[in-house]
Amino acid sequence: MITHIVQRLLWSVLVLVIVSGITFLIFFAVPGKPAELIAGKYASKETIALIEKRLGLNRPKYQQFGMFLWKAARGDWGESYVSQQPVMGAIITAFPKTLSLTIGAVAIWLLLGIPIGIVSALRPGSVWDRAAMVFALIGISAPAYWLGLVFLKVFADLLGWFPIGDYAEIARAGVFGWAHHLVLPWITLALLYAGWYARMARTQMLDIMRMDYVRTAEAKGLPPRVVIFKHVLRNAMLPLVTMLGMDVAYLFGGAILTESVFGIPGIGGLAWRAIRQRDLPMVMGTVLFAAVFIVAANLVVDLLYMGLDPRIQHEA
Amino acid sequence: MSSIAADALTGATTEPVHGQSPWRDAARRFAADRWALAGLVFLFVLLMCAVAAPWIVPHVMHQSAFKQHMMDKIEVAGRQVDVVSDDGLPVGPNPHFPLGADLIGRDVLSRIFYGARVSLLVSALGTLFAMAVGILGGLLSGYYRGLIDIVISRFIDAMMAIPVLLLAIALASVLRQGSVWVVVLILGLVNWTYLARIVRAEVLSLRERDFVEAARALGATDRMIMSHHVLPNLIGPLIVFATLSMAGNILLESALSFLGVGIQPPTPSWGNMIQDGMQFYSVAWWITLFPGLAILLTVVSFNLVGDGLRDALEPGARDRRRL
Repeated sequence: MITHIVQRLLWSVLVLVIVSGITFLIFFAVPGKPAELIAGKYASKETIALIEKRLGLNRPKYQQFGMFLWKAARGDWGESYVSQQPVMGAIITAFPKTLSLTIGAVAIWLLLGIPIGIVSALRPGSVWDRAAMVFALIGISAPAYWLGLVFLKVFADLLGWFPIGDYAEIARAGVFGWAHHLVLPWITLALLYAGWYARMARTQMLDIMRMDYVRTAEAKGLPPRVVIFKHVLRNAMLPLVTMLGMDVAYLFGGAILTESVFGIPGIGGLAWRAIRQRDLPMVMGTVLFAAVFIVAANLVVDLLYMGLDPRIQHEA
Repeated sequence: MSSIAADALTGATTEPVHGQSPWRDAARRFAADRWALAGLVFLFVLLMCAVAAPWIVPHVMHQSAFKQHMMDKIEVAGRQVDVVSDDGLPVGPNPHFPLGADLIGRDVLSRIFYGARVSLLVSALGTLFAMAVGILGGLLSGYYRGLIDIVISRFIDAMMAIPVLLLAIALASVLRQGSVWVVVLILGLVNWTYLARIVRAEVLSLRERDFVEAARALGATDRMIMSHHVLPNLIGPLIVFATLSMAGNILLESALSFLGVGIQPPTPSWGNMIQDGMQFYSVAWWITLFPGLAILLTVVSFNLVGDGLRDALEPGARDRRRL
């Protein structure tokens, strides 16, 4: 058991190293030298050489990659080529915004998606079920940025209920102002996920209601409410918890489209700007930051399942 | 009824109602799914519109817009019409421009038809590319296992640990922009991992089956086993993947174009049309609303058809979800 956990941990670290490798490899192809980017258009050759030396950019690529890994492992994620500020600092500044966006969206999509899925599963084929599945289908098929624009047009522009974009700090605007600015982004993001959760909850419920032990529970005369809540729901929700863990991990890496439509300066926006500016350290930082959450969530899910179900032991 | 009775008399096996071939059964199940059929009809009409765009588009404004002044009247169906309203905005939906005109006076409906050509073509090629790489990767790691499997699987894990959009944007920003092929390449590169995982899992279970064992005992080579015994059994999951992946690709392509790293103007794509109208969404809403609806309807249709195909081809399969 212990060896297995250690092994899984090492795999996870390896995956992160490969992620850095892929990112590094992608940006190998960038035309132009980063040092020229830092020094500006009219810098002399000497200045550029000096910068290259200071950042280690004159060394072979594999050495640069090794250096990056070594520093990253010790918590030094380098400095942005553009702003000259530490990458870690920029990520720490941006993360609360992404966190704010994620938390609200998660709450809304759970409150919306799961009840819809459950009610659908209780009356499969009914009018409600069909309407709910159409709603879910639209949710999973709509482009996020477009949905955001439609909401802005209707609820901010036409009805004037919410401000148009922009992010408000809790410290400055208070909890109400913060939430007021975030309602539309929350709903936009939540709708994209609520569809998946409704569908998932519905299939899970239907699968479990077909099982023998549920029939037994019904046969021994338990009231339907007890069967649904105690026997079905509890088991049906387990895979949804896993899914939730993965989704939250993904969103911590930034929701580029939603953030860009509503002007939220989160991790997604940071990554997006960094990629556009070819700011390699910032790109590496944001990609790794996102990957750490995803890999960690994967690890937790695997270990959890291993703990819950002893049969899945040495499958990897 | 009578056939069942007859079978009972002759002692035939169960399930005689319709059982000639699994494909015919699947087709029957699919045909009974009205939602999936509706999706299929929409996609067919869209495809026809896309193919026939040069002939059916009423005014090919996006080709001539640069040659005229905004305030000039243009000729539509033999009549002179304005492309700019009295308040200086492009005209909204009217009989001459069913879905309005865009910021430089191009007909939105025409551009949606032309955008369909681009979106469908790019997504389809991206799907094919992802399938080629995904099948190869999945077959190699599932069939040979061992070191190959470890290397490929870890690489897939790493690819999947990078958020799809982030990976796509990173690739787009370093590859030469403006080419449709670059977008195809990106769609393929970010999508093959899903299929590789599916194929690997299927192959892992297939290779232990008796008929593969028997083929091997008869002296079949690896290549023969893969092409004659493993691949044919993967056709169902592959068709389902291809359809659902079209839905994902259309969304991803439009997102990239919206962000300005996908299809570049003046080539119309639904994503860059939305980007185009975004700054004026509050006054000229039709420029963003209609391309978005086109994306939504198309993706919904692909999802409907994909769900229908999955229910028909892989009964018992679950919702497979892409992130």
